[in-house]
Amino acid sequence: MKLQVRYFASLREALGATEAVDLPEGATLGALRDTLLARGGRHAEVLSRGRAVRCALNQAMSDESAVLHNGAEVAFFPPVTGG
Amino acid sequence: MARVSIQTEDFDLSQEVAALRAGNGGVGAVVSFIGTVRERSEGQAVSAMELEHYPGMTEAAIEAMIDQAFKRFDMLGARVVHRVGLLQAREQIVLVAVSSAHRGQAFEACEFLMDYLKTQAPFWKKETTPSGAHWVDARVADDAALARWGIQAGNA
Repeated sequence: MKLQVRYFASLREALGATEAVDLPEGATLGALRDTLLARGGRHAEVLSRGRAVRCALNQAMSDESAVLHNGAEVAFFPPVTGG
Repeated sequence: MARVSIQTEDFDLSQEVAALRAGNGGVGAVVSFIGTVRERSEGQAVSAMELEHYPGMTEAAIEAMIDQAFKRFDMLGARVVHRVGLLQAREQIVLVAVSSAHRGQAFEACEFLMDYLKTQAPFWKKETTPSGAHWVDARVADDAALARWGIQAGNA
């Protein structure tokens, strides 16, 4: 399945605003993070599980147990600081 | 009138409150909160602040918060304006205004919406200081503020 991955704030500065990722249908959001981590380099650094990273699936706050489907939009970003 | 606006332009409190009250004679109370850019943060001078957001998700998240507020409080209307882009020190960042028949529910709903927004709306602040620009860290105290309403934030 094809996924669109988006990054914001410090993650966007490190990885760019968006990238396309191909994964087997039904993979979880956590599996997507594992795939990105396995690339090493900046991905491994800023998406490390030692870091505070939040995620959204189709523009709603989500967690790593969420199951992904073709065409999903997944976003990774640091804790939010609006207001 | 729209309940949520994400915009680069400044906003006018009087105009926003007038619009919120317009056409509803049942309104007996309006409570508003405005957040502004502090010119000092953790001992450092802050000259400006860049606000990034997640277009689409931001509006949806705040609309959902307002729906939650309507379920919890006896309120008549709500308005949220949040600015994005480059803001200078002392400028206005955010407005939350709530109207209701009596003050108690408006005070509570306004605080609830701000507590929710701080930890659940996808905005990120980057401060410009003499030592460079840096992303603002999320505060555990903001998660605690939302927990008072029985909601686990899990942000900071």
